[in-house]
Amino acid sequence: MSIKVRYFAGLKESLGRSEDNLAFTGFITVRELWHCVNPDQRLPNNILAAVNMDYVDLDSGVSDGDEVAFFPPVTGG
Amino acid sequence: MTVMVVQGGFDPWQEIQSYQNSADIMAGKVGATSVFIGTMRDFNEGDPVKGMTLEHYPGMTEKQLETIVAEAGQQWHVLDSLVIHRVGDIMPNEPIVLVVVWACHRGDAFDASRYIMEALKSRAPFWKKERLITEDERWVAENTKGYKSV
Repeated sequence: MSIKVRYFAGLKESLGRSEDNLAFTGFITVRELWHCVNPDQRLPNNILAAVNMDYVDLDSGVSDGDEVAFFPPVTGG
Repeated sequence: MTVMVVQGGFDPWQEIQSYQNSADIMAGKVGATSVFIGTMRDFNEGDPVKGMTLEHYPGMTEKQLETIVAEAGQQWHVLDSLVIHRVGDIMPNEPIVLVVVWACHRGDAFDASRYIMEALKSRAPFWKKERLITEDERWVAENTKGYKSV
């Protein structure tokens, strides 16, 4: 199993990639996941996160097979 | 209740007309129709803007919009609603978003459409990248507030 991590908009551009796949079993929070896949990058202050397309708190847990997304504040409409 | 994310242009007035024509269930019951159309400006933050590209998170966008529309339906008496949002390349004057709410009375139509629009602005995962007349590009950092602070 693995966790798919996706990035959007300006965050995708600054990281230079749109996704990561992390082979993982066990418990990890969204915040810890960010540091696993971006060890040299600080978590941006205004970042939003979603797990399986629902907004989540950065301290919520992630499970095997989840799709996690990180992105800047939304600007649609 | 219909939510659509569309690539390319759309004519909001034509969409409203064809939706109303197909929704027989509303016939005779509608006392109020609230329509909001958001269009692209040719300026932002003091700079002329030539065009922009709207990125979105496919799947999550629709999921969030459907949730928002359902929330509106729980709070107000809504007969039907239609939300269309464009993605991809957009030019000034072109429509970006359409929110229509059909209700028996104006209070429900006004309030539900305002709720949908404000929630869309803060929760639907879309991102605007502007192209200036200098050809420089920049991401819009955040949406303006919908309500004036008092």
